Amino acid sequence: MKRLHLEGLDALFGALRGAGYTLIGPRLRDRAIVLDELESAAELPIGWTDREQDGGHYRVAARGDDARFGYVTGPQGWKRWLFPPQEVLLRARRLGQGMRIEAATVEAPRRAFIGVRACDLAAIAVQDRVFVHDPGYQARRAACFIVAVNCTEAGGTCFCVSQGSGPRAGAGFDLALTELCGDGQHRFLVEAGSQVGATLLDTLDAVEATAADHEALEAGLARARGQMGRRIEHEGLAAALREHLDHPYWQKVGERCLGCANCTLVCPTCFCAEVEDRMSLDGSEAERVRHWDSCFNLEHSYVVGGTVRTSTAARYRQWLTHKLAHWETQFGVSGCTGCGRCITACPVGIDITAEAAALRQA
Amino acid sequence: MSTAAADPGLWLPRPYRVSRCKRELSDTFTLELLPADGEAMPAFRPGQFNMLYAFGLGEVPISISGDPDAIGPLVHTIRAVGPVTEAMRALQPADEIGVRGPFGSHWPVADAEGMDLVIVAGGVGLAPLRPAIYHALRHRRRYGRVCVFYGARTPDDILFKTELKRWRGEFDMLVEVTVDRATRDWAGKVGVVTRLVEGGGYDPLHTVALMCGPEVMMRYTSRALEARGVARERMYLSLERNMKCAVGLCGHCQFGPHFVCKDGPVFRLDAIESLLAVDEL
Repeated sequence: MKRLHLEGLDALFGALRGAGYTLIGPRLRDRAIVLDELESAAELPIGWTDREQDGGHYRVAARGDDARFGYVTGPQGWKRWLFPPQEVLLRARRLGQGMRIEAATVEAPRRAFIGVRACDLAAIAVQDRVFVHDPGYQARRAACFIVAVNCTEAGGTCFCVSQGSGPRAGAGFDLALTELCGDGQHRFLVEAGSQVGATLLDTLDAVEATAADHEALEAGLARARGQMGRRIEHEGLAAALREHLDHPYWQKVGERCLGCANCTLVCPTCFCAEVEDRMSLDGSEAERVRHWDSCFNLEHSYVVGGTVRTSTAARYRQWLTHKLAHWETQFGVSGCTGCGRCITACPVGIDITAEAAALRQA
Repeated sequence: MSTAAADPGLWLPRPYRVSRCKRELSDTFTLELLPADGEAMPAFRPGQFNMLYAFGLGEVPISISGDPDAIGPLVHTIRAVGPVTEAMRALQPADEIGVRGPFGSHWPVADAEGMDLVIVAGGVGLAPLRPAIYHALRHRRRYGRVCVFYGARTPDDILFKTELKRWRGEFDMLVEVTVDRATRDWAGKVGVVTRLVEGGGYDPLHTVALMCGPEVMMRYTSRALEARGVARERMYLSLERNMKCAVGLCGHCQFGPHFVCKDGPVFRLDAIESLLAVDEL
């Protein structure tokens, strides 16, 4: 493991920009930590945190220090950069009675993701499996450089430990940083997770990390683990969900759930998409557009004759059973990485960990 | 990271030219299609479906209703129920549509060899079963008794009427048709298709049953078959769900852990029967 001083971050940003990457990372906007294009490390949310999160509750606050990555998880995951909210799949042109159909050109610019948390690394790994054959996703994925940042603090709705995804970035990154600034010595520990990452790290003015650095890292990770108040108990959960499809408890959740789809939009693994066809006014050209959909929308399960899942309870059941039981069958991994966003973003504070516990014991 | 698994043609339909658009019923028609590029058509297995694309309007999953062993056009029988299928009904010879596929699981016609074959269809559900019937007739000696039990709403809704009559004329085939509501000129059976199943004509212990129709019809049919002694693991049914991609990416067709588009549409009953009993799944 290496160690970079604070200015090393500017050097890292510069090296990535020099290698042709557009930087995507956190910044403070609209009283939230959002992901956006960054020009420099000065645009990071310096001294801000969003640890104050709970069911339907999200607040940013000044930390009282100048931590660059002192926040936890903002409302957005990284999926919008790999699986965009809208994407043109095809373009078609009418030729007499016939047509010419072409796959849309995939835009796959080189992007560096700065500050990917362990839960979100796991989410990217999940979507890698879902979109394994999708040409657009794979092209964008292949063009990205991932700078993970380990969590030394947990947010109010975090539960990555119980999902086995964090707080430390395990795999799937090019570089992983740990920010240490509590002891008056602001620095970053850096690990390379790929050859590309190692090559880039070699160009930076990094020194070998000390035993004290390692201790500080472990202490930070332990602090984050200790701060997590929520967990999902997995023993027997998937089986209980599969067996309790008719349980009255779903009605109880359904009565609280607004069916607003916030949880599916902030979820970094949710992948449901609608396909929409658009035609030019003169009818000569057409395109097919894929855009994010949600299993909470009534149209999601529409077949001729009507919608299959008309009740909110049935739609919540679809979401939760998919996430925590069927995902495993379909893709060999859980659909939940413990990021906690669905809890924070739920207007009525429905908590996936609490619902899972209730259904597991039902 | 490797992109070797990415399929650049995943979303890309191939243009096919309409060679014939045949009216079947007031709302149902059959399209015969040939590849507009003149290249060979992919083979399909009975029960599979294609995504059919109407220019600028959308794509719909439609099962293949033609003969899997025949050299000839790609055949789809479609009920006009929305903007895309309405537009397809208006297609004329030489018009083009896009085709992606074939997708999905198929009727177990090979596994059913040596057994009696009981085919139960409701309404337009006969279309996805017709390739299996063609297959059984073409390889007639591989099967025991072959029964087709078909239920339609009214005599005017009987799909493939000419063929049903022809099959009925075969000496080694049992074809029974029933309607929910008779008209004045109907002297045939009236009632649900379950009754035909109850009438027998097959050896329950050596029967493979294939069914396609409304889910409620398939539920009752499977009960009637079971009551006669047909094992659940020898019953197969085809499900319909909303589909936008046909390759397990869009999430719409989920049925419990299954993607109907790639794990189905044909399922063995015992794999999904507990899910079929759940409302709004």
